[in-house]
Amino acid sequence: MSGDIGLWAVPLAMVGGAIRVSTPFLFVSLGEVITERSGRINLGLEGTLVFGAMAGYALAYMTGSPWIGVLAAAGAGAAFGLLHGLLCSLPRVNDIAIGIALMLLGTGLAFFFGKAFIQPVAPDLPAINLGWWSDLPQVQAALRVNVLFIIGGLLAVALAWMLKRTRIGLTLRVVGDSSDAARALGIRPARVRILATGFGGALAGMGGAYLSLFYPGSWNEGISSGQGLIAVALVIFARWSPVNCFFAALLFGAAGALGPALQSVGVTSGYYLFYAAPFVLTLVVLIASSSKSGALTGAPRELSITK
Amino acid sequence: MHAAQPIQSPLPAVGIETVGMTMRFGSFTALDDVSIKVRPGSFHALLGENGAGKSTLVKCIMGFYHASAGSLLIDGFDGNVTDPRDAHAKGLGMVYQHFTLVPALTAAENLVISRADVPAVVNWEHEMTGLQAFMAAMPFRVPLSEPVHRLAAGEKQKLEILKQLYLGRRFLILDEPTSVLTPDEADEVLGHVRKLCEAGELSVLMISHKFREVTAFADEVTVLRRGRRVGGGMVADLSHQDMAAMMMGDAKPAAPAAREVTTGETVLALEGVRARDRSGLKEIAIDGLTIRAGEIVGIAGISGNGQMELMEILTGQRPVSAGTIAVKGAPYGATRAEARRHKVRYLPEEPLQNACAPRMTVSENIGFRSFDVDVGGTRFWLAPGEMKRRAARLVTDYKVKTASLDSPIAALSGGNVQRAVLSRELDGEVDILIISNPCFGLDFTAVAEIRSRIMSARNQGTAVLLMSEDLDEILELADRVMVMSEGRLVYECTAAEADIPTIGHHMGGHA
Repeated sequence: MSGDIGLWAVPLAMVGGAIRVSTPFLFVSLGEVITERSGRINLGLEGTLVFGAMAGYALAYMTGSPWIGVLAAAGAGAAFGLLHGLLCSLPRVNDIAIGIALMLLGTGLAFFFGKAFIQPVAPDLPAINLGWWSDLPQVQAALRVNVLFIIGGLLAVALAWMLKRTRIGLTLRVVGDSSDAARALGIRPARVRILATGFGGALAGMGGAYLSLFYPGSWNEGISSGQGLIAVALVIFARWSPVNCFFAALLFGAAGALGPALQSVGVTSGYYLFYAAPFVLTLVVLIASSSKSGALTGAPRELSITK
Repeated sequence: MHAAQPIQSPLPAVGIETVGMTMRFGSFTALDDVSIKVRPGSFHALLGENGAGKSTLVKCIMGFYHASAGSLLIDGFDGNVTDPRDAHAKGLGMVYQHFTLVPALTAAENLVISRADVPAVVNWEHEMTGLQAFMAAMPFRVPLSEPVHRLAAGEKQKLEILKQLYLGRRFLILDEPTSVLTPDEADEVLGHVRKLCEAGELSVLMISHKFREVTAFADEVTVLRRGRRVGGGMVADLSHQDMAAMMMGDAKPAAPAAREVTTGETVLALEGVRARDRSGLKEIAIDGLTIRAGEIVGIAGISGNGQMELMEILTGQRPVSAGTIAVKGAPYGATRAEARRHKVRYLPEEPLQNACAPRMTVSENIGFRSFDVDVGGTRFWLAPGEMKRRAARLVTDYKVKTASLDSPIAALSGGNVQRAVLSRELDGEVDILIISNPCFGLDFTAVAEIRSRIMSARNQGTAVLLMSEDLDEILELADRVMVMSEGRLVYECTAAEADIPTIGHHMGGHA
């Protein structure tokens, strides 16, 4: 049983890849769901993700604890989110323009502060072997699941519960659906949106920490291949539902794993075309879920892009 | 948490009284020494034209404004309302003209989130039991687990009122509560409200401009004009003419233009037209619609039943999947050239948004139909002098009140924007005029003037398609009446045959 499983290796590697690659998608999209449910869109999460990756890696290296790195990444992400939220609460400020500015700022700052951490090696986040029952090394590799993935899955369920059953969740949905109704209820929409954007930034930062501390597991300037932006499209695909985000993230993760999986079974020509699968999938999803007339069903009515 | 549930046993109605209420904004007196009394359990109507001070008065009562002089008594004691929150705590509530419900939330979620003491974790089983018990005690109910955006307008208005009762409010201000309802829905909602008043559970102060509803449901009426109380009394003692005379004072509206006998060929014909509606889910289906020269065809219907889409089809803004639109026998695609050749003009609803560039000047906006026309063709260079002269002439003709021809059109009041756009659209020869809600939100004099302009255009041989949510307007102007419901024309009759209850049933889709 030395692993000669032929073409079965492709779907297996894709399952494993889906779990590995999906975690940053999952965290960024969960954060963006909360932000968009409040009626704002934060396009700067790509920058937050990269900065989170750098901050997490640096702190993990300096303290020796990957978890402190994750916390630092969450803190840095929250700071970026709060900045976005505060700027957008000023009159006549557009959330999309601010998002793009913060995306560039985030990546730029990460490259600036991260120069010193390209060489050193930081401790990895722990993983759980769910493939212990199998002798196949491919199965074991595929089912080596990181703790953050499990936390993300639980978080998706928790957020869905929160939106449905808590005061915070109801308040968030009110603000996202109608600023006027929110004000009539004595809620201050700007404050809710700032906090929601801050929370979204924190989750995006954690997604970044996963990149640098587990997979691929090192800090360099090309660490993100647009996951932060794809996740924003993914939120639309998931129709603003946290649980749908979990499955959508897995789907995008599997698409991202297609290239490496083909390479592993010896497809040598053109496999790098399949590296583009997530981007093609993003386009397909956006076109398929678009509508020539009228707003998307399920979209928060205050969201500037769907108005 | 459980102790904070709203009390389910009926509370007695709250009565209020304003004594010499006066409100000044700088040198302008919006409300001048107004005293009204709403007895507990009574249904009181507040009548007045736009700008008469109705909303200032209710905002003073609700604590949005602090009156410059005068006081508010609640159940005979000094009310001393400091802000809206305080008014709510004292049992005063208000239902606004526009819905304040959150569209994506269910009725139950809307009710719970409106409470002051929403628990951190909502136990829905417990809340639903409480809400069902509350609903069971009410004379009317709405489905609790349906998202609000799927409710009909009448249901939403009922939910707004139920929300106020759920929150323990026992004096309600209703601000034109029936403006988005069918006559049937309006009667149902107001009938239930009246029953609550008769049972002594509620007092109501209703802002309205519909005499029919005032007569049918209110006990007492107060009329405001230019900030003063100019009349009132028991509704039973007053006729519609009395109330109209109090509202308007000396101002006499222009007499309705006489309807002359006209004959003409069919100039606009729609056949088998199909298009998607705004949501993209439902279909707009116009099987047959013809209008001849010198005729007004009125399309009645509740807003949101496809009138906006029909307007967009006729202006070329909405793609048509099937059917033909013909003007004077030739296919019509609503391009600028075709509209000019066939002399087709439009007055869409809310013209400031839909027919103006709000920040451009009055004279530029008035020039939108003519700026590129030269004798016998189009022009490249603008002719500013000619534009100015045309605008000056039309502004004088149509009595548009503007500080100058160079002010942005957005600075004008609603009635003046409406007049300015109408002057542009009726200038020169017009063969077909397509209008939507031309008098929405205007005062008596503006309404009378705009209607007489439409009628005289008809008398001169213009074919007019009039879409309006105001049934009275349709009945006053139209030669033929059609009813639009769920994207279809479901009923047609001549003006002579028109019967309000029948039309109302068709509007509500209960035919």
